[in-house]
Amino acid sequence: MTSAKIIARVANMTKTGKKEVITFSDYSSKGARRVEVVVRAFTAFCCIAVMALVVFLLGYLFIQGIGSISWSFIFDSPRDRMTGGGIWPAIVGTLWLIALVSAFALPVGIATGIYLAEIAKQNKPVRMLRVAIANMAGVPSVVYGLFGFAAFSLAFGFGKSLLAMGLTLACVTLPVVITATEEALKQIPKEQRQAAMALGCTRARTLGKVVLPTALPGIITGAILGLSRAAGETAPILFTGVAFFAPVATNITQPSMALPYHLYIMATQPTTPAPHIVWGTALVLTGILSITNVIIALWRSAKRRKLQW
Amino acid sequence: MNKPAKEKTNKVIRFQTGLQESRRVVSNGLIEKITTFRNTRALDSMATVLITVFGWTAIFVLIGIAGFLIHSSMRAFDEVGIWSMIAGTDWFPTSSDARYGFLPAQVGSIWVTIVALAACVPIGVLSAVYLSEFASSRFREIAKAIIEFMVTIPSVVFGLIGLSVLVPLIREYLPVDSGLIGLTAGLIVGVVCLPTIISISEDALRSVPRELRHGSFALGNTRWQTAYKVILPAASSGVFAAVMLGMGRAIGETMVVLMLAGNAGIIPGSPLEAARTMTGTIAQETGEVVRGSVHFAVLFALGLVLFVSTFIINLIADMVLERSRKKWRR
Amino acid sequence: MVKTPATAMTSSVEAVASKTASFDLQNVSVSYGSEKALEGVSFYIEPLKVTALIGPSGCGKSTLLRCFNRMNDAIDNVSVEGLIALNGQDIYAKAVDPVSLRMYVGQVFQRPNPFPLSIYDNVAFGPRTQGVRKRDELDEIVIDSLKKAALYDEVKNSLKKHAFELSGGQQQRLCIARALATKPGVLLMDEPCSALDPISTGMIEETVLHLKESMTIVMVTHNMQQAARISDTTAFLLRESIEEPATLVEVTDTTTMFTQPNDKRTENYITGRFG
Repeated sequence: MTSAKIIARVANMTKTGKKEVITFSDYSSKGARRVEVVVRAFTAFCCIAVMALVVFLLGYLFIQGIGSISWSFIFDSPRDRMTGGGIWPAIVGTLWLIALVSAFALPVGIATGIYLAEIAKQNKPVRMLRVAIANMAGVPSVVYGLFGFAAFSLAFGFGKSLLAMGLTLACVTLPVVITATEEALKQIPKEQRQAAMALGCTRARTLGKVVLPTALPGIITGAILGLSRAAGETAPILFTGVAFFAPVATNITQPSMALPYHLYIMATQPTTPAPHIVWGTALVLTGILSITNVIIALWRSAKRRKLQW
Repeated sequence: MNKPAKEKTNKVIRFQTGLQESRRVVSNGLIEKITTFRNTRALDSMATVLITVFGWTAIFVLIGIAGFLIHSSMRAFDEVGIWSMIAGTDWFPTSSDARYGFLPAQVGSIWVTIVALAACVPIGVLSAVYLSEFASSRFREIAKAIIEFMVTIPSVVFGLIGLSVLVPLIREYLPVDSGLIGLTAGLIVGVVCLPTIISISEDALRSVPRELRHGSFALGNTRWQTAYKVILPAASSGVFAAVMLGMGRAIGETMVVLMLAGNAGIIPGSPLEAARTMTGTIAQETGEVVRGSVHFAVLFALGLVLFVSTFIINLIADMVLERSRKKWRR
Repeated sequence: MVKTPATAMTSSVEAVASKTASFDLQNVSVSYGSEKALEGVSFYIEPLKVTALIGPSGCGKSTLLRCFNRMNDAIDNVSVEGLIALNGQDIYAKAVDPVSLRMYVGQVFQRPNPFPLSIYDNVAFGPRTQGVRKRDELDEIVIDSLKKAALYDEVKNSLKKHAFELSGGQQQRLCIARALATKPGVLLMDEPCSALDPISTGMIEETVLHLKESMTIVMVTHNMQQAARISDTTAFLLRESIEEPATLVEVTDTTTMFTQPNDKRTENYITGRFG
């Protein structure tokens, strides 16, 4: 019997004046418990379905792509009008982009994170800055592409080049790095800062000798996450210098191939499809990003276990 | 201890000497620092200034985005006019009688977004409820790691898997000629949005104070009753913010819709028709357009519409999220 | 040895360079924003003595302690009024750099807060900040400090071990060693034993008794027995109601305080009638 029924019984008793004893055994939550079991199973099903989807995506990619992976697929240039050969120029292009994004986005992003966590006071302009950064993360990647095209390719005169692509992707990555740095710094207990200050450290020294080294695993994790997001982006580089075919890039003023664009363009060719190249490229791209992320996650959790406050 | 030999060399000596001695010299050390305090301060404030300057660079990027979009689309506003773009029903940018109506792209984006949210909000929120209310902490950790791993898969790869797995299924089971329709794109975009929705709503649910949960348990409520009577209402603003952020991602998603939505330049009547979204239009045409032409400016204007709409959505999400955070802060 | 550019500094140089460190407080008040936390505190802290600050929680003991090395500077909207003089020099004077003040006035915190570094690097942290680079000099300071903090025998074979692997009591003694490595003239201790077991507490108390031979110690404690055991002078602070700021009720030598307190309120507190 649910509590609603009990309440009704009590009301009835006062109305009729008849008395009966209600004991603990009269209370029962059988119905509620049955609902509980069903709901629990259903929500668990949703959750497990999502997890299964991730496993399926990765597994499917692996099965489809593993056959194409070979020494020559990775280290050769495309041949036979893009239906044979390898993807080396695209791999090199993506590595170039990662290097450029690191060079531009990491210093600015980490410095901004430090500013927000350590220096900024809680006032209106800073609140605006935070809102701006939160919103930067939500700007569609193709809009970054338009911006990069107008700003870096045209206005700054970098044309269609690795440099223009790298700068555009750096803007995409910036909010990820900023947020990760700020979060990592906020995790450092304030007792640590006080201890350093009580030993006569200036704010800069406290930051450099105590806070930053401790927060480094978190900052690096965030940086890698941001870089791997940049490496997988296609839309921001569409107009700023990515090429259907280009030889291995040797400097940053050249246009270049890149893995995600190569995958996109090969997958949407209406004629002469080369599925092994498509799946091979997809596996190489996802594989590089996944392995990097797994390694960094394991490293981080090992570090964290050591640094339990 | 060998104090006299080193006495004159440097300030280090104060650490070497005996107790009585050390106090005296350390005291001198204090004075020494007092007289040179400008140096330590200067370094400190230099670092501060440098970091502050860098810190504000980020805002220039955002202002730069808005500035360049507005600047490059000026010609479109002058020659086409804002209303004939936003409310225009025809998109014929290359015909001799060019028409630059955004409605086909806007409606296409809306259909894709509706399908995406319809697919991922229920599953995402229910998964979040399971993770925060029912799951053991060990299961939760593993599940979150796996689900958040999805973020590392690039959206082109989602597009590719959509092409190869979902398109044939749609073609087989639905009365459509090609599988490249709004529905296909929407479903895959929904998958792309799942990790955002799950992790943000799970955070919102878990930030509800434990006392509230215990209060509900103590009244004889089961976990599910607690979840939907107490926790979900209490965390509603956070869950709402999660949905808004998911919506922002869905509208902004480019590669998946470019590969899957069919890209027909008409106003789609339902998700079962081929659609072309705002992002898809920009991605497809900007690379080939003549620089400085009206068409070029119109594409930037479309980018501006996209920027403003996602900006507003994110701003709302941000405000709601901030308020819900404040609610439990003491 | 020390270059003093301005004559204006000379008098204060002599003052601070006098033999041992003492604090003179005159009418010290501390406010958080517009709310006064502590008002009108005046007393003298004798050199080479242990001074205990006692009182019920929320009475401003820790707030007062943080004034002595200007750690309150780091907290927004805290303002300190009145005079706090270290050996006759106002430490809130403009010319005083709080950073260098803190090298001379060390602090040990409520909970052990070692840095995530090795034992050695923790102790060497302060000297390195002051520019000591030579290995043998650092070694000597580290070993000396660890000995004074009564930790050396336990860790002498594992100086490279991560500080977090030590027990709580060992961590706190490490923090003491770390503070001693800058050779301070004053050591501030903010309830240093509140997170420790009785055995570790005993070891730290013994350390304190040794240390007072060479430095002035100011200790906040909520444990009256501890104050009675190790302090020479005891100051009793009290906040009588939530509307009023806390004040200094009484300061006398510890024996008098715990046998025949002058003030009724002190007696009530000591005999456990409130607090």
